[in-house]
Amino acid sequence: MPDIKTAAARLAEALKEYKADYIEARLEQSQRSHITYRGKELESAGRSTAVGGNIRALVRGGWGFVSFNNLDDLPGRIELAVKQATLVGKEESRLAPVQPVVDTVASKEDDPLNIPLAEKKELLDEYNDIIWRTPGLQTSVIGYADSHKKTIFLSSAGSYIEQPRTDITLRLSAVAAHDGDVQQSGLSLGSRGDFSPMRRLHKDVEEMAKHAVELLSTPQVKGGEYTVVLDPVLAGVFVHEAFGHLSESDFVYEDDRLRQVMVLGKQFGSRELNIIDSAAVPGLRGSYKYDDEGVPATKTYLIKEGKLVGRLHSRETAAKMGEKPTGNARAINYRHPPIVRMTNTYIEPGKASFNDIIAGIKEGVYAKNWFGGTTSMEMFTFSAGEAYMIRNGKIAEALRPVVLTGNVFTTLNNIDAIAGDLEMNQGGGCGKGGQYPLPVSNGSPHIRISRCLVGGG
Amino acid sequence: MEKILALAKKTAEAAEVFSVSAEETSAQFETNRLKHIQSKQSTSIALRIIKEGRLGYATTTEPDDIKNLIDSAVETARFGMPAKFELPPSTPYPQIDIFDPAVASTPIENMDKLGQELIEIITRHTPEILCEAVVSKETESVKLINSNGGRAEYKKSIFGIGIMGSLIRGTDMLFVGESRSSCNPITQPKEIAGVVIRQLELAKNPASAPTAQLPVIFTPHGVASALVPSLAMAFNGKTVLQGASPIGNKLGQKVFDSKISLWDDPTIAYRPHSRPCDDEGVASRRTPLIEQGVVASFLYDLQTAALAKTKSTGNGDRGGGLPAPSPSALTIAPGKTSMEEMVKDIKEGLVIEQLMGAEQGNILGGDFSGNVLLGYKVESGKIVGRVKNTMVSGNVYQALKEVTAVGSRAEWVGGFLCTPPLYCPRLSVASKE
Repeated sequence: MPDIKTAAARLAEALKEYKADYIEARLEQSQRSHITYRGKELESAGRSTAVGGNIRALVRGGWGFVSFNNLDDLPGRIELAVKQATLVGKEESRLAPVQPVVDTVASKEDDPLNIPLAEKKELLDEYNDIIWRTPGLQTSVIGYADSHKKTIFLSSAGSYIEQPRTDITLRLSAVAAHDGDVQQSGLSLGSRGDFSPMRRLHKDVEEMAKHAVELLSTPQVKGGEYTVVLDPVLAGVFVHEAFGHLSESDFVYEDDRLRQVMVLGKQFGSRELNIIDSAAVPGLRGSYKYDDEGVPATKTYLIKEGKLVGRLHSRETAAKMGEKPTGNARAINYRHPPIVRMTNTYIEPGKASFNDIIAGIKEGVYAKNWFGGTTSMEMFTFSAGEAYMIRNGKIAEALRPVVLTGNVFTTLNNIDAIAGDLEMNQGGGCGKGGQYPLPVSNGSPHIRISRCLVGGG
Repeated sequence: MEKILALAKKTAEAAEVFSVSAEETSAQFETNRLKHIQSKQSTSIALRIIKEGRLGYATTTEPDDIKNLIDSAVETARFGMPAKFELPPSTPYPQIDIFDPAVASTPIENMDKLGQELIEIITRHTPEILCEAVVSKETESVKLINSNGGRAEYKKSIFGIGIMGSLIRGTDMLFVGESRSSCNPITQPKEIAGVVIRQLELAKNPASAPTAQLPVIFTPHGVASALVPSLAMAFNGKTVLQGASPIGNKLGQKVFDSKISLWDDPTIAYRPHSRPCDDEGVASRRTPLIEQGVVASFLYDLQTAALAKTKSTGNGDRGGGLPAPSPSALTIAPGKTSMEEMVKDIKEGLVIEQLMGAEQGNILGGDFSGNVLLGYKVESGKIVGRVKNTMVSGNVYQALKEVTAVGSRAEWVGGFLCTPPLYCPRLSVASKE
């Protein structure tokens, strides 16, 4: 296997020899393993290794990008990237200044790839047994994957950063069917390399399986506007979809109309609302020391006391908006250039208790857990894995999973209660610009939203 | 590859090596002008073995890293699923034209020009629109060999063009867009520009939808976003084998309206999803899924077919991992009614172009529920404007049990689906004023 360190050493000098405003290179070496179960059987187990890299060049505001698996002709790749950038560039190159960094980040986590496949399989067997002890199930799926990668980042400004990253994901779902009606429930988690959270799920798995069967006999909510209470997991998805994406500056920086909408200081929610994105919090799936442009991670307040106070930047968007870079340029792997992404995004805890929040609700919906979410910037939708009616301040009958939708600009204003029980959800993967799934985490305490549109049958 | 196969055969009863290498170049436009040019070279090699009756699997990007590749496959074969199938021996493949050297030789300057022209036509119509566009060309080489003498090799070219325009007025946002792909170079921006301009015209005026049961016409994009995710899953042999497909036990039964026929077809010349064989070396063929409302068959790869005691339909798709059943390119047969006639028939209803989030619910059960990202209100037989803050929900099996009409003109959506518009008599619409 070619050594990326040797290739990096060759590149470090070469990057300075070309005529471009800026050139960077990323080399990556990764291992991945996966195990999936479908029904009672293990369906597949596999291992993969990859080595690859890319060169990105900036000339007069235009970008050239070349990615490759074959590390042989690196000068030729640099030349191509510069040639492409030259063809594009007709403006002025602007990148927010950062200090060149030379650093080798040590790996803290145990490498989950060192745990034998047999041991992981044993654990998954236990979970599958629990799932299949539940009467009434039709089928189930378990997907486990772990990966370890080492990245070397180099720039023509003199940066040299070596960073490791480990990532684990585990998704389980149970499917119940009766008379042509099919219902499912799921559980999804992840970690930044620590395998131990994967070991403690016996009770959750049992509940998940039972829930799928219960859904067959639960009714669908009647579509319409409701007061909705979201659990920390779903509220995390909500903050990611309904606001997080809008704070990614690459959507905003060249769009004058959107810049007026997203002007700093504008009131988006109540004074209790604080939203943060931070890759600098250690140990979460969106955590890192440097982003894929070699910029140190930061903690960024997006909303403070209800006001828009910050946004997420790459070096280019920061320069063009006259703001500070936040270290949010991320690429899913060497095949893609970095783009502005979230990391660990959360709503800060408030003071209310869960009971305070539901107490005043005559008729509402309590939505928990997630299936997915998406946004168009103005509108968002996200779907809950579990839902219950709230009647006269109490959790009442179970409902089939619901889809919630709303307008980003009005819905944040409609958050009228925030509990104190912040939890981070590590099970998500974010997609943008063809790059999916990027490890992120998101979180929130329980929140209450008035007048939220719920889709029904 | 031959070396990998020879060595793998020494430790395993059967082995298969599959490799894909690709070269892709794209011109990407942001804010109405060229912003990036990207080139991507990639290689990947996958080894699948059957050892002591069990499947092992490993992949690498390094053609010389043979020992590690074989060791990894052997390690996973200790736990792998028992292999119930045999790798296909040497078989004849249909001749399907999917390679045009003119794609690779299209100069980047022409791609730049094509993108510029497309954006120009659209901005001439609506000066304040901001467009993102991609013009791309790709050449892919696929090769497969196995220890039963099976061998397949083909080259494919793909040319693509796509555009998304956003129009922002205060916090009101409109998104329009269209894309096209082919194995031949695309040289004309007019057709795709025309689609986008039509969307802009129809969306000009705001309109409101009531919370009610309403008739709904899904355009080809609408069909793709709301109805097809569920169908693709339901006709997947794996879903059927697990008993999780609502139509799994309805083979030969009429489940859909008799105006509806659906098939999978990877044999159409110069379509990006066509190929002479699937990723396991099984010959491509057209597979009927719904014939005049009757469930006709399901899609299988080798292993799933063996477990279900049937034959592979040539739908083994790698999608980055082990082969699994997947549609190649779905086609819904066109009907007899024009789009104009369908709209004319509606007193109050909706036309849906894009339903956002529809695939996030219980698609296994056929449910869809999404926010109307792009859709229009119909009043007294005319499209009167764009609806927003509106959710449309339903269930595919109920919605397609009786359709009022099937459109007479089918169009390709995203390369994987060719469909006419579908007109459903009533669906649940919830809106917020």
